[in-house]
Amino acid sequence: MHVELRHITKTFGSVRANDALSLEFAEGRIYALLGENGAGKSTLMKILSGYQPPDSGTILIDGQVVTFQTPADALRCGIGMLHQDPLDVPNLTVLDNFMLGRREGLLPKRNAAREALAQQAGRLGFQLDPFRYVDSLTIGERQQLEIVRLLSLGARLLILDEPTTGISAEQKHALFSALKRLAAQEGMTIILVSHKLEDVAALCDEVYVLRGGKLVGHCQMPTPIEALVTLMFGQSLPRPTRSAHALGEEILRAEAVSLTARRLTVRDLSLSVRSGEVIGLAGLDGSGQSDFLRACAGLQALNSGRILLAGMPIHGKRYPELLRLGVAYAPSGRLEEGLVDGLTLTEHFALTAGNGMWINWRGAATLAAEQIARYNIRGAPHSPVQTLSGGNQQRALIALLPKNLRLLLLEDPTRGLDVESTAWVWQQLLARRDQGAAILFTSPDLDEIVTYSDRVLVFCEGKATLVTDLDDPSRNPVERLGELIGGKGFGGKDSWVAWRGGAAPR
Amino acid sequence: MDEVLVRTFADIVKVGAPIVLAAIGETITERSGVVNLSLDGSLVLSALAAFVAGISTDSVIIGILAGVSVGLAIALVVAVCSIELKLSQVAVGFVLTLLCRDLALFLGIPYRNAQVFPTTFLPIPVLKDIPVLGAIFFNQDLFTYLSFIAVIAAWWWLFRTKPGLTLRAVGERPQTAFARGVNVNALRYLYTAIGGGLVGLGGAAYTLGVLPTWSDTGVAGNGWIALAIVIFGGWYPLRVALGVYLVAGLRAIVTSVQAQVPPQVVELLNALPWLLMLLTLFIVSGPYLDRLLRVLPPRLHPLIRTVLRARPPSALGTIFEQEGRR
Repeated sequence: MHVELRHITKTFGSVRANDALSLEFAEGRIYALLGENGAGKSTLMKILSGYQPPDSGTILIDGQVVTFQTPADALRCGIGMLHQDPLDVPNLTVLDNFMLGRREGLLPKRNAAREALAQQAGRLGFQLDPFRYVDSLTIGERQQLEIVRLLSLGARLLILDEPTTGISAEQKHALFSALKRLAAQEGMTIILVSHKLEDVAALCDEVYVLRGGKLVGHCQMPTPIEALVTLMFGQSLPRPTRSAHALGEEILRAEAVSLTARRLTVRDLSLSVRSGEVIGLAGLDGSGQSDFLRACAGLQALNSGRILLAGMPIHGKRYPELLRLGVAYAPSGRLEEGLVDGLTLTEHFALTAGNGMWINWRGAATLAAEQIARYNIRGAPHSPVQTLSGGNQQRALIALLPKNLRLLLLEDPTRGLDVESTAWVWQQLLARRDQGAAILFTSPDLDEIVTYSDRVLVFCEGKATLVTDLDDPSRNPVERLGELIGGKGFGGKDSWVAWRGGAAPR
Repeated sequence: MDEVLVRTFADIVKVGAPIVLAAIGETITERSGVVNLSLDGSLVLSALAAFVAGISTDSVIIGILAGVSVGLAIALVVAVCSIELKLSQVAVGFVLTLLCRDLALFLGIPYRNAQVFPTTFLPIPVLKDIPVLGAIFFNQDLFTYLSFIAVIAAWWWLFRTKPGLTLRAVGERPQTAFARGVNVNALRYLYTAIGGGLVGLGGAAYTLGVLPTWSDTGVAGNGWIALAIVIFGGWYPLRVALGVYLVAGLRAIVTSVQAQVPPQVVELLNALPWLLMLLTLFIVSGPYLDRLLRVLPPRLHPLIRTVLRARPPSALGTIFEQEGRR
């Protein structure tokens, strides 16, 4: 199936999200649609998949002009979209989700659907239990279900919106090999919407780059990552370098800690963190990294062992007390846990400022305006937080952190952010480190962990291994962490190199 | 089995029929993502309408039609306000329930305890002769049978048919249903209307079957019970019906011991169903379920989790808007 977009234009208010975009997608090829937040990628893909009509411009499938009223129309023409947050029904079983939206009579053909599901999943190398509830699946498994479903409904062009956010390295490997097979053997067209350049390097044949709603580049892979970054941002971003800095006294100490994570129990974890140090917590999704962070913030109970903050056991202390002692915890669910949906920026600053009965509105508004300017948040003091983009929400979350911090506990601090926002966030965090704060953070992105950590704690199958000599020049640090994380679940360093597609090691 | 006991059970099933009908109606409506809080007022007003129509035409069918129409009309008001005008479903429902109840009490003044509607007693041949069960389930009036049919039909529709699956998806995540080619708001209209019709039928069941007359106190309040039982039943028709019979059973016990105990105890016993419901909610949600599971053999865990799975439809009470279209 050959798909062509001609002069697609879409405006929201005064913003021209798509400005006369013309792109072509050929059969059997894997495309990347690159661009920073707000470049117009999502808008264009929503138009192609029938969620929004364009203001002007046409879509051609094999030379025929088509118009879509709904996403179901687009799927009938063979265009399927996999959303970043898979668009399924969590409170239904896998099989029910698979059947929902199929055109058939009053009574569903459950057995036939089950066979179709098993067959399609098997073909792609996915394992899906038809009777599990979707809310008990990982994001990666939910993506697999969506892909299987879209294919069974005849999708010939698959759009994947940031598919590697929130899935494990293992699942990413399975996803990428399935996609490659679909393109090579069955002539599927695949469009990867992403700002993760290493994913693009590992998977794609061709790249379209958008900036400010305009098409600014179309290149064949392999193209050097620096060239793509230049296209995305207009200039190449310097890579942060690891600078030597002085370490202070011990801030956090974990002694023989044992705690229960989602799938397993982490045992015998010991760690000592000094001020001015950055510790990365690596591991497959749900191996206990996030739980350890929560435990350090006093939000999760330990099975045994103890955690000391500057020599004082934190056992029995609640988060507000720890916050007063200089500990801050930022969860990865920005809108779910970190910010209050419906409150404005000013109200957020008022919430964090002081304990008095009355709100000093003028003070809060001034503080909000100051912080907005200082942290370059695109929004006004009266903007409700949910109207901000992901990057700006993250900036707001960092702006809300108290001034004198001794320990920062960050869960995936750059989730869903583009390269520029990620660099900005780390610039702020490292400034805190230079003021003497210690940082513990988790990230599914090993490059991020290697780039910013002084030491890395690797979580694998209930054990936590400390890696201290990241600077050892004889070995690629990402590869080494990969081996430790993979345990038996991963086929050693060769497969890491394979899925990384030979992307330039940092 | 003891004849008194059989008669008590038969009574429970009969007395519970209107609440079953109303609660099943609400279950269907809420499964589509709409809360129809006008339930109690709707029940009272449709009971009056059914009674007036029935008594003036001497026809139970016309009475039923009148009750169903009133329930349906009120549900459509809720649907238009919440789907079309995007008002708060809770606010609209509350105001409507108060309005309808007071309207019914006012309009019903001339009919207060005026007459008794002749009930239609319909024993089903053959089936009624089954020992025990026959006497409980098949020796009843029209409305009791309708309540059985409603429960079974609702269960079958929700969990065994394609449109039922679509209905559940609309109440859980309308965006997903829309992406799969479903007209979300049209379905919400449809199921709100059907649910309202069943509430109207429940109202008719009071004044044409259970009571069967019009009084100020006979009907009001039962709608709230139905609403509570929908939650207690976890939006599952069979569990909802079970909940209704439990409440009706406890009431029957209270009635039978009323004479022997002091009035304070009667009042306490009347509160028993609600305490039981609270207790069930405690067990079903929160950490208590895990504690309960820990002492039970692991073999039973999936079964118990399925049986006690009680989560409101995720999109309950929300408005569905298609993004990007103006």
